[in-house]
Amino acid sequence: MTWLNAILQGILLGGFYALFATGLSLLFGVMGIINLAHGDFAVIAGYVAVVLVPSTHLPMVWGFLVVVPIFALGGYILQRTLFQAALSRGDPLTILLVTFGLSVITENALLQAFTANGQSLDIGGLIADSINPNNVISISDVSLAVLIVAVVLLAALQLMLSRTSTGRQIRAVADDREAAELVGINHRHVFGIAAAIALATVALAGLASGMITEFAPTTGTSNLLFAFEAVVIGGIGSLWGTLVGGIVLGVAQQIGAQINPAYQILAGHVVFLAVLAFRSRGLFAVREAA
Amino acid sequence: MSAASGLLPQDALDGPGALRVRRSARPSGWLVPLALGVVVLLAFMPAIVSTGDTSLLINAFVLLTISTMWNLLAGYAGMVSIGQQAFIGLGAYAVVVGAINGMEPFTVIPIAAVVSALIAVPISMLVFRTKGGYFAIATWVVASAAQLVISSITSIGGGTGHPVPGLSSLSPTQFADISYWSALAVVVVALAMSYLLLRSRLGLVLAAVRDDEDAARASGARVVLARHVVFLVAALGCGAAGAILAVSQLQVEPASAFSVQWSAEIIFVTLIGGMGTMEGPIIGTVIYFALQQNLAQHGAWYLIIVGAVAVVVAIWLPRGLWGTLTRRLRFEFFPVGYLVAPGRREARAPAERGPEPQPAAAGDR
Amino acid sequence: MSDEAPALLAVKALTVHHGQLCALDAVSFSVGGGETFAIIGANGAGKSTLLRAIAGLHPPTAGRVVFDGEDITGLPTTERLARGLALVPEGRRLFPSLTVEENLRVGAHRARKGPFDLQRVYELFPWMVERRRQRAARLSGGEQQAVAIGRALVANPRILLLDELSLGLAPVVVQRIYGLLPELLSSGVTILLVEQDVSQAMRAAGRVLCLLEGRTTLEGRADELDRPSIEAAYFGLHAATPDHGGAPA
Repeated sequence: MTWLNAILQGILLGGFYALFATGLSLLFGVMGIINLAHGDFAVIAGYVAVVLVPSTHLPMVWGFLVVVPIFALGGYILQRTLFQAALSRGDPLTILLVTFGLSVITENALLQAFTANGQSLDIGGLIADSINPNNVISISDVSLAVLIVAVVLLAALQLMLSRTSTGRQIRAVADDREAAELVGINHRHVFGIAAAIALATVALAGLASGMITEFAPTTGTSNLLFAFEAVVIGGIGSLWGTLVGGIVLGVAQQIGAQINPAYQILAGHVVFLAVLAFRSRGLFAVREAA
Repeated sequence: MSAASGLLPQDALDGPGALRVRRSARPSGWLVPLALGVVVLLAFMPAIVSTGDTSLLINAFVLLTISTMWNLLAGYAGMVSIGQQAFIGLGAYAVVVGAINGMEPFTVIPIAAVVSALIAVPISMLVFRTKGGYFAIATWVVASAAQLVISSITSIGGGTGHPVPGLSSLSPTQFADISYWSALAVVVVALAMSYLLLRSRLGLVLAAVRDDEDAARASGARVVLARHVVFLVAALGCGAAGAILAVSQLQVEPASAFSVQWSAEIIFVTLIGGMGTMEGPIIGTVIYFALQQNLAQHGAWYLIIVGAVAVVVAIWLPRGLWGTLTRRLRFEFFPVGYLVAPGRREARAPAERGPEPQPAAAGDR
Repeated sequence: MSDEAPALLAVKALTVHHGQLCALDAVSFSVGGGETFAIIGANGAGKSTLLRAIAGLHPPTAGRVVFDGEDITGLPTTERLARGLALVPEGRRLFPSLTVEENLRVGAHRARKGPFDLQRVYELFPWMVERRRQRAARLSGGEQQAVAIGRALVANPRILLLDELSLGLAPVVVQRIYGLLPELLSSGVTILLVEQDVSQAMRAAGRVLCLLEGRTTLEGRADELDRPSIEAAYFGLHAATPDHGGAPA
């Protein structure tokens, strides 16, 4: 029963990783951007909520109504300015270095503004609620909600990508930027939209993380590594792959922790490296890695 | 020409369209005397400056060593690793293990480097299955995994780290001097090795790969071999640098030895100076330490400036400071690039108009 | 220049560099409405560069591109498409992860008014109907070329730029694709094509222009040019001088 619980907890954790990794997967899959500042963006979302949500008198659970639009707009602007300038250099390293620089700036600016102390988003008694079918298994309501949000979000994104004109344009640009120009797609604008979606999802992930655990200026980096692992395990360009990748990682970590708490993260790494060794493009790869 | 034969498809070197391959830039005949002079001057530093300053120089040498190694990987071989801290940490822990078993810590330094390189063999087999962004992430995961494995071994201190035993017989001055000279030796060897490597046949293969991967793939197996060699050399250098860190700080902690912060510093240093130039990491290290000395008292602001400089340089000075400068002056201290020029100009069509194709200096990309 | 009608597309002293290398050197020509105009030349003569520059994918170093009286030299590719200039690029360049129908839909998303829509493309290529839900990556080369043409047509261009239609395709497939051109012309589409296969180009086009190392070596009506002069222009040598000689007389 403890093993079943470990697997269930792993799936819940995987939902969080998937939510976290969605934006990374989009940026990576569509623009070929390896966003080293992704984890820090999630942390910013937490601080934005801490600063802005109280003044709106909304309960913290509804904080996303404030934070997500800000992030979507910010994502579009960031893509059209800094990221586009970096992409225009034509060297994939440039964007890596730019996001690396942004990560350093973000972490230290947050340190300056909010100190190194951990914070969390106060959602009152909700945090303690859980489903307990027996005395071993305990499913936290918040974690379950995060998993559900991740699944719904990925389903909605998948639907958007496959059914709408904007979605087709995003996929076309991801396939072949120049050919997309030839059919009249302004790839810069489409990139902006993709970045807006990516940042909106990372805001959700940041808020979720703030509700489930604590965040501090430097917590972004460790979450970033897990998100990368989820994306690579699942395979670039596949959103469902990202969900599966997140869950595989989450379950691996929880089973590792069940064996020995010190092995939690290592077990995830081992599974990641095993996937690389046997299916170097991930479980659900649609196209070649950027 | 003969130095290059065997690397390129034979018909590229013979036949009517043969290319003349020669070293780029003006030969710096005074490079060796100048370099020797600088090394001798640096060797006398402990007699001139304080212990505080030599320990600062040790840190600079370590950073320059690992940046030079990363520059080989990313700047010349096109493999962007975010996981060189794996080999820094392994080198540091090799010293701990050697010292625990009664070896003299300073003599373990070369052994630690070799151990790092040996461990890099299976790692390279795994991470070489990936490329581009996947490669970067894979190396990072490997480094994190290495940290976790080391942290789980209690006989070398687990997660809290372990002191380096066997150094108490030295006086503080002796210890400081030997640490300094070891660090100097490592950085000099690293730079010399990198220079010789790039001037060897392998350097030509790397230049070809970097300029046009598809064309270079024609020489297939050699490209793979060249990349493996560079990866192992980088592990060797980073292992030696890690060993220096362990010895000079008398103490190793997994969280700092395997910190991804190393990669951040390496990337910053190489990028600012100029990737794909031998001089770049040197300039970058000087700038990094100058910034640190002048701004460190401002705490986080210092790193905010570092981050902003990285962004600005990446977008607007993609060749870095040194790369931008040499492009203007067409000059290199360490001429490791190649010029490829058509060999038989008289065979060209006399009626051809337009500018003569300029020889492209492969080294100053 | 023999066209009496005002030119739909005029290329004026267009010069393009790839880095240091001069790929196109002051090339000029004009294409009248309703015409089929072919650009021939050997590998590396600058044909594709010329089409890409006209479509706005390569910024020229000098010269102008005038479309229907408007100077479009500085316009981005998407704006050129909106004015009715579409390129079917070399190598087809379909979106491999999109289905056949999605490729066509993407092509139509900023369509001008005109005779072509998905339905019309399906009439031209009836086999596509059954396979419209298949990924483009899974089509054969000839099928991909047809989808690429369809993807350009649904934008309802006034001039269609076709780059190396026959590249890598079986002769019978090439014949079928070239067989479409009269139908396109009758719908009012002007065609500017690039072709390495000279006889194919001579059959299809009213006028041809030959490029050699980025410069025009010959221009004229397809039915008025004789074989030796075309060969001289194409290879840039005289029968008497087997070495690389000067430009043909």
